[in-house]
Amino acid sequence: MNAIYGLYPDPDSAQRAFHVLERAQSELGFQDRDIAVLTGEPYEEYDFGQRDNVTRMPWLAALGGLVGGLSGWWFVTFSQKSYPMISGGMHLVTKWSNGIITYELTMLGAILTTLVTLLITARIPDWRGRKLYDPAISNGKILIGVNNPPENAREELGKRLSAAGAEVVKECGR
Amino acid sequence: MNKTPEQINQDLLRPLYHATWRFYAAATILTALVVAAFFAWGYQIYYGIGVSGLNRPVFWAFYITNFVFWIGISHAGTLISAILRVSNASWRRPVTRCAEAITVFALSISAMFPLIHLGRPWLFFWLIPYPSERGIWPQFRSPLLWDFFAINTYLIGSVTFLALPSFPDFALIRDRADGWRKKVYSIVSLGWRGTPKQWHRLEMAMRIMAVAIIPVAVSVHTIVSWDFAMAPVPGWHSTIFGPYFVAGAIFSGIAALIIAMALLRKLLHLEEYLKPIHFDNLGKLLLVMSLLWFYFVFAERLTTWYGNSPSEMAVFWTTQVGSFSPLFWTMVFCNFIIPAPILAIKNLRNKIGWTVVASIPIIIGMWLERFLIIVPSLSHKILPYNFGSYRPSWVEITITVGTFAGMGLLYLIFSRVFPIISIWELKLGMTKGEAPALASQEAATEQPQGG
Repeated sequence: MNAIYGLYPDPDSAQRAFHVLERAQSELGFQDRDIAVLTGEPYEEYDFGQRDNVTRMPWLAALGGLVGGLSGWWFVTFSQKSYPMISGGMHLVTKWSNGIITYELTMLGAILTTLVTLLITARIPDWRGRKLYDPAISNGKILIGVNNPPENAREELGKRLSAAGAEVVKECGR
Repeated sequence: MNKTPEQINQDLLRPLYHATWRFYAAATILTALVVAAFFAWGYQIYYGIGVSGLNRPVFWAFYITNFVFWIGISHAGTLISAILRVSNASWRRPVTRCAEAITVFALSISAMFPLIHLGRPWLFFWLIPYPSERGIWPQFRSPLLWDFFAINTYLIGSVTFLALPSFPDFALIRDRADGWRKKVYSIVSLGWRGTPKQWHRLEMAMRIMAVAIIPVAVSVHTIVSWDFAMAPVPGWHSTIFGPYFVAGAIFSGIAALIIAMALLRKLLHLEEYLKPIHFDNLGKLLLVMSLLWFYFVFAERLTTWYGNSPSEMAVFWTTQVGSFSPLFWTMVFCNFIIPAPILAIKNLRNKIGWTVVASIPIIIGMWLERFLIIVPSLSHKILPYNFGSYRPSWVEITITVGTFAGMGLLYLIFSRVFPIISIWELKLGMTKGEAPALASQEAATEQPQGG
């Protein structure tokens, strides 16, 4: 882990720092993906909180529901045809009652797909602890910084992060 | 509430580090009751199901009453939390986790009752749909099998719904803890860091889950009602049972939530977070459900009375003026006559003590309702020569009391390892400026304006 970052007391100063870094990319020699933002709560109203906010999770959940439902229908129908049990004068394959299990497995498929999609796309679990982090985030601070900054730009980055309103500027991995 | 994030952390994490003598006293008493319940269950396993009061023709009684009752209580949490999330009710933030925890524990307790009721719990796997060597595949036309799928879907969904928004709070504890706590919370926080991507995915997942879990919750109690309604038993074979059970479940669930929140507020000193406004809002919901419950009971009884079918009327009269009538009228008092006026009068509803006074009888009344659905119908089942009676044994009573204690104990333990209020969601509400709106609503509530 090699980074330089500032800890900001409020979202407005963090927003300023984020914009400063966005503008300084080409000048100081780092890329957009190197900008690090870590917060203790979501800030969707701010630009820095809107990074990576494109996801296909709802569609994947719907697909998971479809797969769950089809699997449920197949499972029940296959069982009823393979091991016939005549009861109550009903058909062998009873669409009304099979619909209940199909419905439950549709919802289960959607729920599990949502969970798995969250874990994969949010990249958790990750217990290695090798990525940039600062416990001050838990106390409401907002971390804005740069991963793997160019050595010759570190000093300038520190100055600009500080000028944007950072309470403290830290470096790690040097 | 003008608190810094650091102060909020301290307030809401305090119960994880410090327990008062009240906590240990309550935990000891509840543990003793749970142990007694396990002893009673062990006694039943050793001597057989005959030690219970179950006998022909009443083969479903206390255990199935408890099963249905706890499924109903489980609607307190995930369903109410999901509805409040979907409707974006800002006052929900301190309430949701208290509610979601109730669901997980109540469902777990209710799922024990089919096992207890089996008499031979080591054959529990017969409940699971699997191809057995006996050549009997599951009967998918049986409502009992629908239960299996519905309850497990709801349980998995509810655990997920509780767990997802907990990761950021676990990370918060991890950052402040040391020793074994740091290790444990490092694992359960899954390495949460709080990147915008993680927050966005978490919020999206919670939105999807909230939408998905509402129909699942409705289906669960509908399917539990179909355990009864699919049988041609007097008093059961009714199309109204699905919505009637769902409404009753939400009703008892909200009452349980109010009681749990009041206890937590007192025991964990959360007065600044669980405010009268939260109880007032839940009280309004409870009032609506009380009226709805009365409407369903009246509609159901009226239809039965008007139909005048002899077998239905035998059950009807035994609950109205017969041997079950004291329980029936106690139920009406507990579910409607006591709580409805309390909750309708604003000056009472906005006082926490009064909402609790309204909620406790509802819990009693809703348990009685489940009992009155099951036992009078089975003891007056169509042919008079087959009429019978039921009296619970000490085993059933002890197990029933033990489950209530078990619920309390699980909740106490939960409050020692989980922040009982979602910290990041509370802070988010403050950042979004919801606090002033809530404060003005609170001020309006506190003005003496009568009913």
